[in-house]
Amino acid sequence: MSGGADFRGLVKPEDGRPRLPGSLHTNRRLSQWITFHADGRVTIRPGKVELGQGILTALAQIAADELDVSLGRIRVQPAATPDSPNEGVTSGSLSVQDCGTALRHACANARAIHLSVAAQKTGVPLEALRVEDGAFLGPAGPVGSYWAQADDALLECEASPEARPKPPAARRVAGTSAPRLDLPDKVFGAARFVHDLRLPGMLHARVVRPPARGARLAELREGPPLPGGARVVRDGSFLAVLAEAEHDAEAAAARIAGRARWEEADTLPDEGALADWLREAPHEHSVVVERVANGAAQAAHTVRGAFFRPPVAHASVGTSCAVARWSGETVEVWTHSQGVYNLRTDLAKVLRVAPERIIVRHAEGAGCYGHNGADDVALDAALVARAVPGRPVRVLWSRAEELGWSPFSPAMLVEVEASADAAGNLASWRCGIIGNGHSSRPGRLQEPTLLSGAYVEGGVPVPPSINPPLAGGGGAERNAVPLYRVPDLRVAARRLTEMPLRTSALRGLGAPVNVWAIESTMDELAARAGADPVEYRLRHLDDPRAAEVVRAAAEMAGWAGRARREGAGMGVGFARYKNAAAWCAVVAEVAAEATVRATRLWIAADVGEAINPDGVANQVEGGALHGVSMALKEAVRFDRRRVTSDSWETYPILRFSEVPAVEVRLLQRPDEPPLGAGECALAPTVAALAGAIRDALGVRVRAMPFTAENIAAAMDAG
Amino acid sequence: MARFTLNGTAVSVELPGEVSLLHALRGPLGLSGPRYGCGAEQCGSCMVLVDGAPRYACTLAVGAVEGKAVRTVEGLGTPDAPHPLQAAFLAEQAGQCGFCLPGILVSAAALLERDPDPDEAAIRAALEPHLCRCGSHNRILRAVRRAARAMREGRAAA
Repeated sequence: MSGGADFRGLVKPEDGRPRLPGSLHTNRRLSQWITFHADGRVTIRPGKVELGQGILTALAQIAADELDVSLGRIRVQPAATPDSPNEGVTSGSLSVQDCGTALRHACANARAIHLSVAAQKTGVPLEALRVEDGAFLGPAGPVGSYWAQADDALLECEASPEARPKPPAARRVAGTSAPRLDLPDKVFGAARFVHDLRLPGMLHARVVRPPARGARLAELREGPPLPGGARVVRDGSFLAVLAEAEHDAEAAAARIAGRARWEEADTLPDEGALADWLREAPHEHSVVVERVANGAAQAAHTVRGAFFRPPVAHASVGTSCAVARWSGETVEVWTHSQGVYNLRTDLAKVLRVAPERIIVRHAEGAGCYGHNGADDVALDAALVARAVPGRPVRVLWSRAEELGWSPFSPAMLVEVEASADAAGNLASWRCGIIGNGHSSRPGRLQEPTLLSGAYVEGGVPVPPSINPPLAGGGGAERNAVPLYRVPDLRVAARRLTEMPLRTSALRGLGAPVNVWAIESTMDELAARAGADPVEYRLRHLDDPRAAEVVRAAAEMAGWAGRARREGAGMGVGFARYKNAAAWCAVVAEVAAEATVRATRLWIAADVGEAINPDGVANQVEGGALHGVSMALKEAVRFDRRRVTSDSWETYPILRFSEVPAVEVRLLQRPDEPPLGAGECALAPTVAALAGAIRDALGVRVRAMPFTAENIAAAMDAG
Repeated sequence: MARFTLNGTAVSVELPGEVSLLHALRGPLGLSGPRYGCGAEQCGSCMVLVDGAPRYACTLAVGAVEGKAVRTVEGLGTPDAPHPLQAAFLAEQAGQCGFCLPGILVSAAALLERDPDPDEAAIRAALEPHLCRCGSHNRILRAVRRAARAMREGRAAA
């Protein structure tokens, strides 16, 4: 899952220190990662967090393997400041790369330290010792255990670059489909989410949002007492109510909304002319890649297309929630943020408190697909709790807040012009991308980026979003450079410098639109060349792992022998996520009736080493279904003042009746580095659906979502 | 004040009758399974069974369940004695974030009560009120079929 802007800035090879894997390089103390307990348990402390993607299970598997203990002995401590390793943000499908490799190395190191101590104590030669479920065995039997040596001091040292994790063939737990550690709580309804926290003396609060973006609270009229003794908390134009009981807070919020008078103005562009607005808005220009061919071939065919996607929402089924408590000068926050340290940085700015006085603890939220409202609601809780020192305050967002006020993935316009020579080989490729930036995560800019920070007294507007550096996959330009061989290539991007709708990272960032544009263009060129779309792609792919996923998906789908059926179509989509991570190819089948329905998906993915193959398959399928939903249904709607798609009726997502059958095949690569799985399938799925619609209806849709209305518009446009 | 049976036990709640059943369950009754997702009967996160039928707890007044039997996911089974559906969801690893599962599980339980051998269309129809954003739908459908099979054969689903 996770959707993420990634900044690999955490790892600084230029810092002069011996290179350690992943986040271990910047969090070098072993005791920060691992603690053995005398009662036979191990605690591991990843800085990455559970987002619903199953990362805790995969990390526990890695630790169990390297330590030679059973999985049941591992406890995973949720990330919290100030003790957890600072691993930045859990995003960009990087958790296994950053944290898994760090833990693997740290555990191998801890195992070696413990064994050498046991060898010294007992006189048994080190090479004669082995570990079996935490017990140290010599030729003559047991000589000790982690539990007997559960002395923190042993791990109070820096990790050594010399530690050697096991060779892949020796792994017994990583690489197996261990059941998820968190799932039992979830099927028995146990209290596991931040929403379920019940601290002694906890109060409930609701935020009263303005009726329009950027509105100022002009007047709050007095009125009869609020239900259940609820009280108002106000800071500038930040308005909230606080009550002992949750139902009273909810009722009071509705009451107070009716007593507030706001000064509001038109701040949003015309939704009906959003593509024009994108073309005209002030921006910064950058060249993503430029490679001019010498003696470029004569273009025999040229195809051009503009691809537009409106903003889309995270649309998690649970709403954002946080609990905060002030005690003296210290504030403690429980949050489902993707980055506890980054959140702390921005909380400190808005609350005007030193970061050291803020403790941020991760607690699970509902599915997270990128930078959603989690950080925002944490600030809301801290702002309200400041009014009642000593009392924990829980803030839960309403569905309207979740769909109307969370950051969105920005509207994008991608224009491609590509040509091929007489033999059908790609000759040139021009691509321009327009849109807002894809990251306004907290903790990265001068100004704080938390929603209510713009509404408190003296608050400043959230600055326009940026794009993460290309080295980390980029934002708007993510996957904009085709992997297909092309001698003459230029990709440029415009990042808008005004941001009427707050935007940030959502699963895949720019990839879904860029890959859709690339793959649609490839289909058009294949058609001009009279080539099969799969064969045409393979002809332009030099990377054998890329070719292999394309061939596998085509084979699974029976692509070569497919028969034409009235009202049905098949399409193919391929991408290597971030052009540097997992490879994924998707064949989609649609039925085109009054609306387009996805009927089947065949997906082949290569994620390198799969720590938990079933977990990877689950993530790949989930990402693909997210792609189906985005492609066929989703659009943030707004008028000149407010987002109007703030309910499930106005922001529909995929439902059970619309879910296609899905087959996932993972290519086995146990010896290759692990690459992360949550985001690789979304963009190729969008592209494959567009191809399938073209196949079924003969029309190339150039606006998402692929609704009857947008398909009809494409038909009219010819 | 409302009195009803919750997961087989008689309970009474000191709340005005118009307060939602969801607030009563998550508030004074201390449950976590039924969840707020939209407050408007559009996502199914709050689904519970009232006298065996799925009802949205977010809009149902607690006063309206006076004298009735309310069942939540906590009443289906426990880790030691799971409901066949819970065993099947674990066996199929049918979930990601899991936020939607308690509602889905009770709707599926109601379905299997009235139709021990539902076809694919019937399962999808029973789950249509529920949203899952993580894309675990196909695993969930498989888990319901697996549980149905197990229940017909009179055994646990795992």
